[in-house]
Amino acid sequence: MTATTVRPAEATPTQPRFTKRQRTDLLCKTVNYVVMTAVTLFFIAPIVYMFIGSFKPANKVLNGLGGFMPESMSFDNYLGVFARFNSEATGYFQDFYLTSTIVSTAVVLGGLVVNSMAAYALARLDWRGRDGVLLGVILLVIVPFEAIAVPLYYLLNDHRNTYYVQFLPFIANSLSIYLFYTFFIGLPKELDEAARMDGAGPWKTFALVIVPMSKPVFASVSILTFLSSWGSFLWPVMMVDQPAYRPLPLEISVFQGQPPTDWGQIFAFGVMLVLPLLVVFLLFQRWFVQSVASSGVKG
Amino acid sequence: MDTKSPARVTSPPTKRKATPRRDTVPALLMITPAMLGLLLGVVLPFLAAGWLSLNNIRLNSPRPAVWFGLEQYARVLTDPEFYRGLGNNFLFAVIVVPLQTALALALAMMLNQPLRGMKVFRTFFFMPVVFPMALVSVIWKLMYSRDDLGLLNALLHWISFGAIAPIDWLGSSSTAMLSIIIMSIWQGVGFQMIILLAGLQGIPTSLYEAARIDKASWWQQVLNVTIPGLRNTLIFVVMVTTIFSFRLFDQIYILTQGGPNSATTTVMYQAVTSAFTENNVGRGSAITVVFFVIVLAITIVQRRVLREEREV
Repeated sequence: MTATTVRPAEATPTQPRFTKRQRTDLLCKTVNYVVMTAVTLFFIAPIVYMFIGSFKPANKVLNGLGGFMPESMSFDNYLGVFARFNSEATGYFQDFYLTSTIVSTAVVLGGLVVNSMAAYALARLDWRGRDGVLLGVILLVIVPFEAIAVPLYYLLNDHRNTYYVQFLPFIANSLSIYLFYTFFIGLPKELDEAARMDGAGPWKTFALVIVPMSKPVFASVSILTFLSSWGSFLWPVMMVDQPAYRPLPLEISVFQGQPPTDWGQIFAFGVMLVLPLLVVFLLFQRWFVQSVASSGVKG
Repeated sequence: MDTKSPARVTSPPTKRKATPRRDTVPALLMITPAMLGLLLGVVLPFLAAGWLSLNNIRLNSPRPAVWFGLEQYARVLTDPEFYRGLGNNFLFAVIVVPLQTALALALAMMLNQPLRGMKVFRTFFFMPVVFPMALVSVIWKLMYSRDDLGLLNALLHWISFGAIAPIDWLGSSSTAMLSIIIMSIWQGVGFQMIILLAGLQGIPTSLYEAARIDKASWWQQVLNVTIPGLRNTLIFVVMVTTIFSFRLFDQIYILTQGGPNSATTTVMYQAVTSAFTENNVGRGSAITVVFFVIVLAITIVQRRVLREEREV
């Protein structure tokens, strides 16, 4: 009998309305998750395709939707890449890696030192001509590399096929200076003042007070410059033709155009090319997202 | 500026007057490496572009450079091929800028919801941004394979129950640019999404609460709170994407070499091939200068729009 009295109570006017709202909430959530899962598939399908393909024989990669099937998986393609690039004529795989590593390391580390130092002088030191230099740096931010690639190619024609020609022009970077500048200018003035009262000069203040407080901007600039230098393509296309000095992105474009085309090996090459970027991305994702966001907060 | 005024008070007044700009020497030492790099690596080649474009100058040629006046510009600006490239850049911009921005905004708004698992989705949406364009082009080249074994053709075949015949994505002049566009959006949208997401998180929630009290619908909230709150971020994103549309090179070089029948040739592709393949540095430089004028125009328009906003 008690059960029958409870049941009508559940059906009071307020109760169904509440469940209805809950139901629309749930529906809303479900729709959201379904849409986002579909979008996720769009974004990761090509990546998954590459990863699976890199473990499969070539004829199973270019195979319609079957390209996603994990069948006859092995590391043969990876070994194949090392075997294929194993002579002076083809270049050695480890040399492509070495080139990319040397160039990116030099651009990132050199850039951190040179650009942060300049930004510190612009943001926190008192000197004649500062405003003019600052304006110049800001104006240079709008010059894309593409606008100087051709004349730079002409000017540096005698230095083709070297490591240094691939990194020297990219160490000083006006956008990096600007990002450091906006961060430094936001730090409290009392920092320098306190350091100076203790007798520290600009160099000491910079190295011992400002740099340790500016980890976020150092992380942002490192990530942005690493991303662009590891993927750099236009400049190597013009400046490098000898295999020994080719960075990875240039080599994969040469590799995919050379018959016989082995897509399994090309994808294995691609996985090895992108691995450092993916590792940095997954390990430092928070910084990654922050660095991209910071590059947009200029407007 | 007087960022160190209290410190100055403590120092002897005579010393202060003798060196009012006390940091000049260390400051110059600190900026020298960067300034040297920017002068030699950006300013010098930038000026050289102007000078080279006024000459008939070829690389690896025994003939010396000849003064050419504005002849290079006259030739470039009367060349139908150049306008074909410029037109392709515009086509790319007209499709990619609105589509990619709208998509990025939609994704950012989805991720901005207080739901569980948003960080995981953000990771996936952003992942293509990490991929260098050269690698992206190589992956998509295979996906765009023209026969029925190509991934995209197989997918369309499967979805349409066999109604859609295999398409020669990159080899046909009607689909080549579209293929480049889809691929570029796939790679680039995550970048804008993150910038817009940061912008969304900067809009105070109190504005949405006030809108809700006024019984504003979801759509009204988007129009009256979200879009105005994102105005500057949107302008920035639109400007960067427009400039990006004119920088188009890597994808073209790897996937189509400007073809078929110039369907995907671009300004930058022509500048590089003129200078690099044909050794015609003068012509390449002239195209470069025209390219920079376009970029400058876009930037100035953006500044104007932003300034109007500040005056309002």
